Amino acid sequence: MNTLAAPPLPRRLPGDLAIWFFILAEMLAFAVFFASYAFARAHNPEMFNLYQQTLDRNAGAFNTVLLVTGSWFVVLAVQAAHRDNQPAIARNILLGFLCGGGFLVVKIFEYAAKFGAGISMSTNTFYMFYISLTFFHFMHVILGMVILAVLWFQARQGVYTSQSANGLESGAAYWHMVDLLWIILFPLVYVMR
Amino acid sequence: MMNALSNPAHRAWFVLLIATTITWYLGEVGAAGTGAIIAMLVIAFVKGRLVILDFMELREAPLMWRLLLEGWLILVSSLILLAYWISLK
Repeated sequence: MNTLAAPPLPRRLPGDLAIWFFILAEMLAFAVFFASYAFARAHNPEMFNLYQQTLDRNAGAFNTVLLVTGSWFVVLAVQAAHRDNQPAIARNILLGFLCGGGFLVVKIFEYAAKFGAGISMSTNTFYMFYISLTFFHFMHVILGMVILAVLWFQARQGVYTSQSANGLESGAAYWHMVDLLWIILFPLVYVMR
Repeated sequence: MMNALSNPAHRAWFVLLIATTITWYLGEVGAAGTGAIIAMLVIAFVKGRLVILDFMELREAPLMWRLLLEGWLILVSSLILLAYWISLK
């Protein structure tokens, strides 16, 4: 009977170092946006509270579920690579991609409803922030999906193995960042009052 | 079931879904004010931390990177809390 614990693995950063600097830069840009929203709101909370009620909270919450689930599939893809389970890598990347696609569809319906009601960036400060913040994030979802598409093609060619998963881990880290940003954005813009 | 929860990714996903439902519910009942904002920030912090540690897999990463991302979460939550506190005055 061996009661000794396995020796601790050396600490390692998943993926390439460069992607983490890129992620950090993106996160700092969003931190500025989030703080700008919160402080702009502090000048006029009544107006922000009033127009926040016109937002579709159900769509926002459902989109959180889609991004969280998309992120989960991509972790499973990375775990599959570490086990050299080739079919599971590509399958989980594809499922993550589809969650991203679902997010875009929900968001497009949301935008269509708002733009259809004649709302634009110039309507008021609240909508200016709502549209610019969510649209900036929307572009990041699209970039994340482009990355996932590349990872999917590569995975199908058997590029990722337990010995070489750096590219997959880098792309996965970016995709998780998109999820992380929405986790702050959703309560901040849709719910907090 | 035990097996499913032994994978940190499954556990994180499960908690993230529950936490999202709570935030959505707080919105439905029109929760507002200091208590509601603190509750939502704590939930967002817990969710963000799960993404950082179990999805980005920084739990076993060099401490600097883990602290940089967790620090971002603390910074953003504090700034939001400060701004909301100002708006309540």
